[in-house]
Amino acid sequence: MPRTILPGFRLAMGCTLLYVGVIVLLPLAALVWQAADLGWARFVTVVTGDRALAAFRVTVFSALGATAINAVFGLALAWALVRYDFPGKRLLDALVDVPFALPTAVAGVALTALFAGNGWYGQFLEPLGIKVAYAPLGIVAAMTFTSLPFVVRSVQPVLEDLTADVEEAAETLGAGQARIFARVIFPAIFPAFLAGCSLAFARSLGEFGAVIFIAGNQPFRTEIAALLVFIRLEEYDYPAAAAIASVMLGAAFLMLLVVNAIQLWSLRWTRTAS
Amino acid sequence: MSAKGRSRVGDGPVFRPLLLTLVMLGAALLIVGPLAIIFVEAFKAGLGVYLSNLAAPDTVHAIGLTVLTALVAVPVNVAFGVAAVWAIAKFEFPGKGLLTALVELPFSISPIVAGVAYLFVYGAQGWFGPTLDALGIKVMFAYPAIVLASLFVTAPFVAREILPVMQQQGSDEEEAALSLGASGWRTLWSVTLPNVRWALLYGAVLTNARVMGEFGAVSVVSGSIRGVTNTLPLQIELLYQDYNAAGAFAAATVLAGIALLTIVAKLIVERMDPDRAG
Repeated sequence: MPRTILPGFRLAMGCTLLYVGVIVLLPLAALVWQAADLGWARFVTVVTGDRALAAFRVTVFSALGATAINAVFGLALAWALVRYDFPGKRLLDALVDVPFALPTAVAGVALTALFAGNGWYGQFLEPLGIKVAYAPLGIVAAMTFTSLPFVVRSVQPVLEDLTADVEEAAETLGAGQARIFARVIFPAIFPAFLAGCSLAFARSLGEFGAVIFIAGNQPFRTEIAALLVFIRLEEYDYPAAAAIASVMLGAAFLMLLVVNAIQLWSLRWTRTAS
Repeated sequence: MSAKGRSRVGDGPVFRPLLLTLVMLGAALLIVGPLAIIFVEAFKAGLGVYLSNLAAPDTVHAIGLTVLTALVAVPVNVAFGVAAVWAIAKFEFPGKGLLTALVELPFSISPIVAGVAYLFVYGAQGWFGPTLDALGIKVMFAYPAIVLASLFVTAPFVAREILPVMQQQGSDEEEAALSLGASGWRTLWSVTLPNVRWALLYGAVLTNARVMGEFGAVSVVSGSIRGVTNTLPLQIELLYQDYNAAGAFAAATVLAGIALLTIVAKLIVERMDPDRAG
């Protein structure tokens, strides 16, 4: 098939490369350059400093917590949207997109108001000794909100494609419902589920707007890595900001590789399965 | 084998209502709650107070700046998305996978990291900052930096929406148009773009919502100068830090309204374009 009769390849390619170069790659290169300028020894000192390590720890563990919640809730939500008919289903499906459409700063102030001691949720939680606003749990709540759609939207199409005959076959072979889910359905949606969880985790690692309102931002306790970058900038400690930001950039690249690997694997998975 | 009367996994009389209750409760607490409290808090003191909060000069300026940013960033990224997808979907070339990954890259990078990265290009200590400063061009902590940071964070949105549609459609129609003597631009304008119009529209709507709502990247590069470089999300933060919660929530209703309109746009696009439903 001669695809070459279409014109405009050079123009389109030229524009794309120029744009990606100037808008995306140039700043990232400048960031890495600035971090490299520190020298390896100082870079390590900055990113393994007590406060930086604490910020990385808070970020990673909160992101893991948020991803775990979204793994369970996202799967349940996708299941309900695909398998069940109920009033308000279309509305619920549309609501899933709210966290992506709502600016993170707006989500941040809204969640803070909800979980504050006198807020709609806080007034019930705080007497139970559960403090969310201005506490580590708040970070988890904010990250859960902003990364909510990833698992749902990854699992939904795959779940839709599953036909009833495989389940029926398993049933005629005498498998119970739990067993059919564990041995037939879950393996089929697993790659998509894993990809959705990885995307949610990656998004949570970099989240800033929603978190800083609710976290309380105390060093060593509720300070996330992105905020520490911001604080170093305000102190005009540009090398330290560059070092911590480049660690975050490295983590983003790593997660990108993981997601791509899962997607390749799932392509091969569905091809061998069918 | 007949499937009649046979229940599928999860359709049990206990499991189904249990799961539905969990899902409804979770969605109400996690999604509806935050949306509702924005409007409740904004209107708590009445419509008059709400309107006067919205009409505060700094907030009005922030709305204007945000709209001005979107007016530049959205068309630029629509053009970029179309160019990138034209190259990726219509041609074979080495490094295609890499180019696709590069176009999508901003999606996986924290906005804070993006903002800091721009500082090291155009800031006083950056690569071009001193030169631009000597020429009297102010990029950082000014309007150009806000636009650049917005371009970075929303670069992939249009391409992500139209790439699958264009790949699926192939190039037969374009080839027919060309063989009938249409020029390349005319083919793009009369054949390709109409074929992807709904995806393109939705990509532009998403870009707009994100540009107007971007907080992290813009907060690094804008300097948040009240009434000068403060976009609407930054204005919300300033008001909130000033303990002016009513003002912050009033400003937030504008962005929440845009978010709701974005979702409505998605529903309309899905209805108009059956290929995209679900």
